[in-house]
Amino acid sequence: MQELINTLKQQIVEQLNLKHIKPEEIGDDQPLFVDGLGLDSIDALELIVLLQQKYGIKLANPEEGPKVFHTVRALAEFITANQKK
Amino acid sequence: MPSAVYIVGRGVISALGDDLSGNRESLLQSQAGIKAITRLNTRYSEILPAAEVPHSNETLAAMADMPVTTTRTALLSMIAAKEAFDSFLLPDKLNYKVGFISANTVGGMDKTEDFMKEFAVDTSKGKLHDVIHHDCGAATELVAEKLGITEVVTTISTACSSAANAMIYAARLIRNGYLDWAIAGGTDALSRFTINGFNSLMILDNELCRPFDDTRKGLNLGEGAGYVVLASEKMVALLAQQPSVKLSGFANANDAYHQTASSPEGRGNFDTMSGALAEAGLQPSDIDYINLHGTGTANNDSSEGIAISRLFGTDLPYLSSTKTYTGHTLAACGGIEAIYATLAIEEGVVFPNLRFQHQMKELEFAPQTNLLEGKEIRHVLSNSFGFGGNCTSLIFSKVK
Amino acid sequence: MSSTSASLSTLVASCFIHQGKLVVNGNVVYTAQAPAQDFFAELYTLSGANYPKFYKMDAQSQLAFLCAEFLLKDNAVKDTTPFDWSVVLSCANSSNDTDIKYWENARQAPSPAAFVYTLPNVMLGEICIRHGFKGENSCFIFNTFDTTFQVNYVNSLLAKRAKVCVHGWVNFFKEEYAAFLFLTVNNGETEGELHSPELINKTISNYAGID
Repeated sequence: MQELINTLKQQIVEQLNLKHIKPEEIGDDQPLFVDGLGLDSIDALELIVLLQQKYGIKLANPEEGPKVFHTVRALAEFITANQKK
Repeated sequence: MPSAVYIVGRGVISALGDDLSGNRESLLQSQAGIKAITRLNTRYSEILPAAEVPHSNETLAAMADMPVTTTRTALLSMIAAKEAFDSFLLPDKLNYKVGFISANTVGGMDKTEDFMKEFAVDTSKGKLHDVIHHDCGAATELVAEKLGITEVVTTISTACSSAANAMIYAARLIRNGYLDWAIAGGTDALSRFTINGFNSLMILDNELCRPFDDTRKGLNLGEGAGYVVLASEKMVALLAQQPSVKLSGFANANDAYHQTASSPEGRGNFDTMSGALAEAGLQPSDIDYINLHGTGTANNDSSEGIAISRLFGTDLPYLSSTKTYTGHTLAACGGIEAIYATLAIEEGVVFPNLRFQHQMKELEFAPQTNLLEGKEIRHVLSNSFGFGGNCTSLIFSKVK
Repeated sequence: MSSTSASLSTLVASCFIHQGKLVVNGNVVYTAQAPAQDFFAELYTLSGANYPKFYKMDAQSQLAFLCAEFLLKDNAVKDTTPFDWSVVLSCANSSNDTDIKYWENARQAPSPAAFVYTLPNVMLGEICIRHGFKGENSCFIFNTFDTTFQVNYVNSLLAKRAKVCVHGWVNFFKEEYAAFLFLTVNNGETEGELHSPELINKTISNYAGID
């Protein structure tokens, strides 16, 4: 799980063009949206693209986004749970 | 109060019809133009409905009397602008100071994306001639040249508020004496670029859209062109038949919130609706009908609805989104919907907001769901809110 | 063209960013030989702005943002509300540079963040969001900057609708870029020269003469 979390941090920084942040500066349990990292609705859509491209998981309903992308750990858990299906 | 600017001609082409008469007929029959994609070659043809103009480029080129290599955006523009031009019945009309203010966002993308498909694989393939009219300004220039308009020829590109802004600019040129009359409005053709892009924003409905419905899932894209002919009082005095509608107020503002989303309380929307009323010297209670921007996205309809509630309180006019008929025609929507506003005034009708079932939880009103006829429609407010926070509202009024 | 609504508007400040050069109010502030977006990143650091969203913008919006940032850095315009500020920009290539970049990725996975910038007026939106400007805003497409058109348009706006206008030209296409913005105020108590097509042309010529 920790390996996936670390990989995800790198992918998030790259996909979202977060030039001012290093992957290791993102906390495993740091809220990604609103507070914390301060990502917005377009970033959420980019994460949906990332899920599809890198992990083959399609999030059809963008409203699930806030829960799935709440923290990097939440995202890692979601991927682990859904990739097996 | 600023001098009035009159509507003395109209031209429109959309999924509802090839001209004003065709569009009017579909509106009165509650006949929407949104269906499965048949013309555009896209991976989404089985998945996403759209409101295509049901003609190939070859047919449009014949209708426009332009080469078949012309971009679809320019062809649609030519057809509607020519109808508008011809409908303005003034002898020697080009002997005055005339302008063509046109808006679009797609430009020649329909041709370019076909070119790129071949060129990207093999740079010896693809016809360069296909891309010479790619930029937004090209469509405007082609049409102006064909109509013989030279005094002022300008392209505006501000996303979905483009055509409405074109009308504002034309009105100002007329009021300030730079022009005697002008054709103003917008055009946009459907392209893969647009569908793919909107799909990536996840704001497209894979069923027929339901603007202002609580369970709405997004917008349907459309294409078309709509232009009005605006003229000064001096010009109107020369006409045999007096116009029945004028552009009496308008306002433009920036929401300054987000690149594509509206502020939740619709601040920019409120600013332009109240600004247009102030300019027209009207109160909210004077408005008989609002032609909503009403795209069907969760965000737009909520923001627009909340702004309307704040401005109109409980004393609301009829409201509907004609995008339930035409889909969202992007840069053209302000022009097409302006024409529908003039029909509402002339004929005393309110077009329904199709497919509505559930009132939005955050609002205390619902749009008009069936066609109304025989109404006194004196003033219509038409909203167009675009990406980049660009908000515009226009008010059309019956000439007494 | 007759000018029936000329206002006494004044030019208060100017900013040019062009092929590795930043010139503010006629003074060279910074130069560098670097690829465009690297240069923009250097300017961003130089500006001292704390605005991480800068990095998500496309090249043209970054250019517009930076030009406005330096234009307004020490702006002396006082006693205004957000509704007093308007923005009028022109460009030649619309959003074509971003359109191409978006298209190249779209064949695999359309990027929503890139698509957002495939409209020329989004750069105006970025300026308005940054500075909270809520007045009128418009984006015109011209082959080249039309000084007479733009100055007359802005002067009319200042006469009737706005107290301040940030206007000019911002264009980015395939590493070729030019942005010049002018801060203009109506009948202002703010010091400046009379805003006219002649003055703007002279300002542009003066820039062209700077090494």
